[in-house]
Amino acid sequence: MPPAPQSAPQKPLARLPWKNLLFGAALPVAAMLAAFLLGAVVLLALRVNPFTAYASIFSGVFGSLSGFTQSLVKATPLLLVGLGICIAFRASMINIGAEGQIILGALGATAWSLAFRDLPGWLLLPGALVASFLAGALWGFVPGLLKARFRVNEILSTVMMNAIALQLMNLLIRGPLIDPAGVAAGTYLAQSERLPESVWLLRLIPQTLLHTGSLLAVGLAVVVYIFLWRTTIGFRIRAVGLNPDAARYAGINVPGYQALSLTLAGGFAGLAGAVEVMGVHHRLLEGITSGYGFSGIVAALFGGLHPLGLIPAAWLFGSLLVGADKMQRAVQVPSALIDTLLGLVVLFVVGSAYLSRQWAARREIALSKQGKESEG
Amino acid sequence: MKKQNVWLVVFSALAALALLLSACSPAAAPQAESKTVRVAVIMPSSTTDMAFSQSMYSALIAVQKEMGGEAAMEIKYSENMFKVPDAAAAIRDYASQGFDIVIAHGSQYGASVEEVAKDFPETTFAWGTDVNTFGLPNVYAYTAAAQEGGYVNGVIAAQLTQSKQIGVTGPVEVGDAKTYIDGFVQGVASVDPAIQVNKTWTGSFSDVALMTEAAKTHIAAGADVLTGSSQSVVGSIGAAKENGAVLWFGTQADQASLAPDLVVASQVYDWTAMVKEIIASRAAGTLGGKTYILQLSNGGLKIAFNGSYNLPAEVKAAAEAAIDGIKGGAIVVEP
Amino acid sequence: MNEDILTLAVVTGILTSAIRLATPYLFAAVGEAFAQTSGVVNLGVDGIMLVGAFAAFYVTLQTGNVWLGALVAILVGLLMGLLMSFISVTLKAEQGISGIGLYMFGLGLSSLLFKLLVGTVQTVEGFRAVKIPLLGDIPVIGAIFFQHSIPVYAAFLLVPLAWWFLEKTTWGLKIKAVGQNPAAADSLGVSVDKVRYFSVCLGSALAGLAGASLSTALVNLFQENLTAGLGFIAVALVYFGGWKPVGILAGALLFSAVNAFQLWMQVLGANISSDVAVMLPYLLTIAALVFATNRVRQPAALNKPFERGEN
Repeated sequence: MPPAPQSAPQKPLARLPWKNLLFGAALPVAAMLAAFLLGAVVLLALRVNPFTAYASIFSGVFGSLSGFTQSLVKATPLLLVGLGICIAFRASMINIGAEGQIILGALGATAWSLAFRDLPGWLLLPGALVASFLAGALWGFVPGLLKARFRVNEILSTVMMNAIALQLMNLLIRGPLIDPAGVAAGTYLAQSERLPESVWLLRLIPQTLLHTGSLLAVGLAVVVYIFLWRTTIGFRIRAVGLNPDAARYAGINVPGYQALSLTLAGGFAGLAGAVEVMGVHHRLLEGITSGYGFSGIVAALFGGLHPLGLIPAAWLFGSLLVGADKMQRAVQVPSALIDTLLGLVVLFVVGSAYLSRQWAARREIALSKQGKESEG
Repeated sequence: MKKQNVWLVVFSALAALALLLSACSPAAAPQAESKTVRVAVIMPSSTTDMAFSQSMYSALIAVQKEMGGEAAMEIKYSENMFKVPDAAAAIRDYASQGFDIVIAHGSQYGASVEEVAKDFPETTFAWGTDVNTFGLPNVYAYTAAAQEGGYVNGVIAAQLTQSKQIGVTGPVEVGDAKTYIDGFVQGVASVDPAIQVNKTWTGSFSDVALMTEAAKTHIAAGADVLTGSSQSVVGSIGAAKENGAVLWFGTQADQASLAPDLVVASQVYDWTAMVKEIIASRAAGTLGGKTYILQLSNGGLKIAFNGSYNLPAEVKAAAEAAIDGIKGGAIVVEP
Repeated sequence: MNEDILTLAVVTGILTSAIRLATPYLFAAVGEAFAQTSGVVNLGVDGIMLVGAFAAFYVTLQTGNVWLGALVAILVGLLMGLLMSFISVTLKAEQGISGIGLYMFGLGLSSLLFKLLVGTVQTVEGFRAVKIPLLGDIPVIGAIFFQHSIPVYAAFLLVPLAWWFLEKTTWGLKIKAVGQNPAAADSLGVSVDKVRYFSVCLGSALAGLAGASLSTALVNLFQENLTAGLGFIAVALVYFGGWKPVGILAGALLFSAVNAFQLWMQVLGANISSDVAVMLPYLLTIAALVFATNRVRQPAALNKPFERGEN
């Protein structure tokens, strides 16, 4: 046997306690069903058949290629934002600033691509990604620095930074970045010029929006996992989050690593902005964040704040969003019903997590008792 | 670790359930070959926003009524689609469901329309506000020359202000918010260049509280006439109403019902004629390729005078003169 | 330029606006301070405000009675608080996520009810400005402080009241104890869950009232997403104020005054871009914190569910 790694030993997949997991999964599913049940009451009140409505959610995602790919397209920024949230959370930093960081990333990618449009694609495209990462990271670094140097609470500063980023975009998109065609036509739309085709992310399936950004995001999830669990810096970030006092005694620069985690979080959110610009819209638009900065937090927590757990969690959340949209179109209910329903799902599922933890704990105790008895 | 696996299981379970359900649900029934025109519209705000989205929705409802109700024309809508990827999905979805006409009612939807329209050459797409049909034969573009009505409103406002101060509020100075106000300023200046037009932008499309306060600030600073674009402007109407002595000029939709005593006139976007023409052209075999611009001269823009407001006859005459001047080309309003 | 612009009338105008604008922030942030002092972060304030704003608006629209509207808003806030505490306290859920869930729920529910029950934008006859006798007649000061509507006065009275409640009453001490060291409080026979339920519900009722002050005193109408993220700023102000009502008052006033200032600068045609002007309150709030000297430690058990026998 090689010496055990620093982190907890990894169990091979086959030896996972599947029974436990199925048991644990039953509750979140039940919670989700309960939320949908409540939604069904509302649907009935609106004279809509809940079965038709809910079937449209599922068939919306899995019934067509476009729906299915759409769920992946939505999962991509959620995953990227979530990775950042995850890194910050591991250092016990709560990053509410992803909305602003997405905007900065989108601005960075757009500005770079338009400024250096004559560069060859192999240089322009990675450059745009790097620019977005750096721009987002800057927006994470500021609250990080404020936290480290002045102990300004990061919830406060990131909320404020969101508002500032929004105005910064308003400023740029009406000024240097405005689409010259819009000015010429006298429409003055709040959007940038279309980006050169060389920075467009490749569409993986024709006639769908699925782009290489999704692969990038999954790849980065693995990278973040390795970073957090297999490198010294990652270990220190987690140590700071687990027990800041102990970390300090161990000689770790706690504020420094907290600032670093926020900076990295900003970088990943910035990438989310880049993939939206380069993969979906091909230009910078008003409302580019689509609220991913907030839903990314929920996705991250659904994923157990684990980079690999985030992959299915982001997909689940992306699917829910796509399916809910399809339901709105299929049965023509006000779109507000969808928000209500999603809110209930989040509340019920997060509420059930405790019960499933308790179940798991009880089962573990029972199992270990059994084990001891059989040994004895 | 454990939690993540839980989600994996949850998701697989859901996926299985979904496949089961989608297998059970009947395939989309083939559309009966009737004369029903099927129209879908995707809007960035709500159908009841008293502004941009409502102007299109009421036009569709009006056309539907005229054509003989739901049997003649089916309308489906997706509102509050401020997220462009969702709108793109909706556009594609409606097209693949066999809708005849898909209206993408927001300038931010352009790229999505261009993509989807190529994949559905049999479907008519209309989008705005913009002038670009992408050279595609099945795309209509439409926009509103908001500066024209802005000019007329400005002419009226300049003659009603006592304090020679006019306040303008809006979220962000872009799109038709900008063109409307540019026209308004020109209209005011044509009557009396000495009148001050002060503008405030709140930077947010939804912050009604700040918008209201902006209007109150204008009033406190001495303005006795207010105007502004975008749906959040309902907040300034609230402020004007509270003050009582302040007049309001609306745009996009007729806003008189919000404050019958204070609203003097509204520029109304009337898409009815355009929608009818698109339906007729499609029936005649033309799927797109044309740009519509709502103007005073083609009836797409209308100035709705508020009947409950007692507008002096000479001011109304001046307004009518301005309308005729713009229609006839004697007055040119720069966007 | 500045000499001509900053006349007495303008300064009066800015301060009057600031007092008015601070109202919903005060209700919501003081309420959130109760919840956080007991150890529960409620990120759902914005959602509760929306539901409260709609309730107050709708009741006022139907009955014409603003007081009844405010009362219903408080009750609705209380119900939302019960939901939040059940999930965060009894079920010990991750507070950040349940708060965001509550926000989404409130945002959706208020919009849905608005669509179904009202449909289109309408205005209501809200709370009217009440000039306080004598005080309201003082030049300048009277206009700034004593010619507002009842909810504005109430919000400012809430500050000393909240201070007194937290510092001088047994309940206040219990709330603080539960937020600092729940295990110790528990061993002294204080029911941690009960105190947290109480604090969260109290805070949520105030958030409901914050919504009511918005829809029936400040803007006198309701539309979807009326608060536009105001509740999140309120949460940030709690951190700004160091969990103290007076600190929150300072933060809310600073934020609102700068906002009023930038609106006036735009109206007066000062030569600044509107985008930069809108950024100002946010920039200055951050700057104020950087230069503020006293740093307060947050309640030790903030964001941590309490379980007996856990360390």
